[in-house]
Amino acid sequence: MRMKLVASVAVCALTTMALAPNAHRNAGGTVAGKVTFTGTPPKMKPIDMAKEPSCAKEHATPVMNESVVTGAGSTLGDVVVYISAGAPSGAAPASPAVFDQKGCQYLPHVLAMQAGQKLEVKNDDQTSHNIHPLSKVNPEWNKSQPPGAPPIEVAYDKPEFIPVKCNVHPWMHGYFAVLNTSHSAVTGSDGSFSLAGLPPGKYTVTAWQERFGTQSQEVTITGNETAKLDFVLKATEY
Amino acid sequence: MGKLFAAAVVVIALVSAGVFVAHVWWLPPDISALGLRIDRQLDETMIFTGVLFVAAQIALAVFVWQSSGREGAIRIFPGGPMPLVGVATVIVGLEVLTLIFVGTRVWAKIFLAPVEANAVHIDVQAGQFAFYFRYPGPDGKFGVPHPDLIDEGNSNFFGLDPKNDTSARDDIVSASLVVPVDRPVLLTMHSKDVGHSLYIPQLRLQQDFVPGLVIPVHFTATGITRTEIVCTQLCGLGHYNMRAYFEVLSKDAYEKWLVDQAGQ
Repeated sequence: MRMKLVASVAVCALTTMALAPNAHRNAGGTVAGKVTFTGTPPKMKPIDMAKEPSCAKEHATPVMNESVVTGAGSTLGDVVVYISAGAPSGAAPASPAVFDQKGCQYLPHVLAMQAGQKLEVKNDDQTSHNIHPLSKVNPEWNKSQPPGAPPIEVAYDKPEFIPVKCNVHPWMHGYFAVLNTSHSAVTGSDGSFSLAGLPPGKYTVTAWQERFGTQSQEVTITGNETAKLDFVLKATEY
Repeated sequence: MGKLFAAAVVVIALVSAGVFVAHVWWLPPDISALGLRIDRQLDETMIFTGVLFVAAQIALAVFVWQSSGREGAIRIFPGGPMPLVGVATVIVGLEVLTLIFVGTRVWAKIFLAPVEANAVHIDVQAGQFAFYFRYPGPDGKFGVPHPDLIDEGNSNFFGLDPKNDTSARDDIVSASLVVPVDRPVLLTMHSKDVGHSLYIPQLRLQQDFVPGLVIPVHFTATGITRTEIVCTQLCGLGHYNMRAYFEVLSKDAYEKWLVDQAGQ
């Protein structure tokens, strides 16, 4: 009897310890779903990197333009889904958002971060880049980064969707999604997203795609449930 | 000491001239229909200036040799420095004017000659820091470029408006200049931002891009090749990295390339 009690206490303690690091993420509700499109999306063209042989040789097949990324079943990738209203305010995550320049591409193509969060821009190429985020609300800057240079560390204070270009390689193109919230996700090509750890409340969830604009929906979380929410964006060919 | 200097001047002049005579550093073989004229003109200019250069250096050496160790024997030009400058200006001026006159005639015969009707028309845009080349596509018509619609991140390098302009939809845009062999090619060159320059030594062709101007240039490539085009006008931070490839393909390979590009 006594042994049983000790054993169960031990099991309980171990379970709690195992779950503890994720406890705050698991508490609360989740909004999850898929982003798809209707209509005809524009045809993405291959990028000719012949002028930069060190990058061209990193790609076995030509890299396609990434402004519209689609998957099987009309799913839409690189869509930022975030809580645009009702989100619990919180400090920006301590870990930096990392933007990499590799093979003369921006990885990821769309990077979501919270206002005030540290942003780290790396150059993993054997060529110089000149990163130039075209911000309008936040101060604009552009910085040259030769191969092997240390990461550029910056932070944006105000929410804004910022197109990013390279002043040396015209085809390089990406986005910084600076948001008021840490509750955000960028969809993969399967279009799925999940926003976890939401306390009960009413939220506005917004999906943003660089070519097809934004769409918002309201959702109410009451406990630990997963609310299903799908977005259908209207694609235009041109 | 003066005699040593005179000998050194002669040696330096002859070695320098010898480098040019022996074509140690020279242009790559010419593969253009009209390049021969440029080469001939280049040779004439080199011979003309080369002979004058060697003669001037030898004259200098002779005077130095004669005057060496005879301080006080140095004579001045009759009438003093002003007539010296006057005579030098007239002689050098005549040389330069002769070269300009002869060279311009050769240049004009090539650049101002009428373009053949069957020429392949390629629109060339230079911008910091890449060249882009546009072909009219199957409809044979170029879409109208709108600088305000340029959106490089979406591969719209020329600012085309495919939504409203149907002739723009099939325009082919390439980062390489690909042309068929033995067929006249017309380039219409324009710049998106600052001055750039297109230089293809194999074609004996060099032309600046001037912002605001559309500059026509034509040539006929007579050999299959693949070579690099580099920008030869300092255009900013990434100038060193502004380049493209120039490819001359056989007629069949060129047609296939066009079809492949149109399918993308």
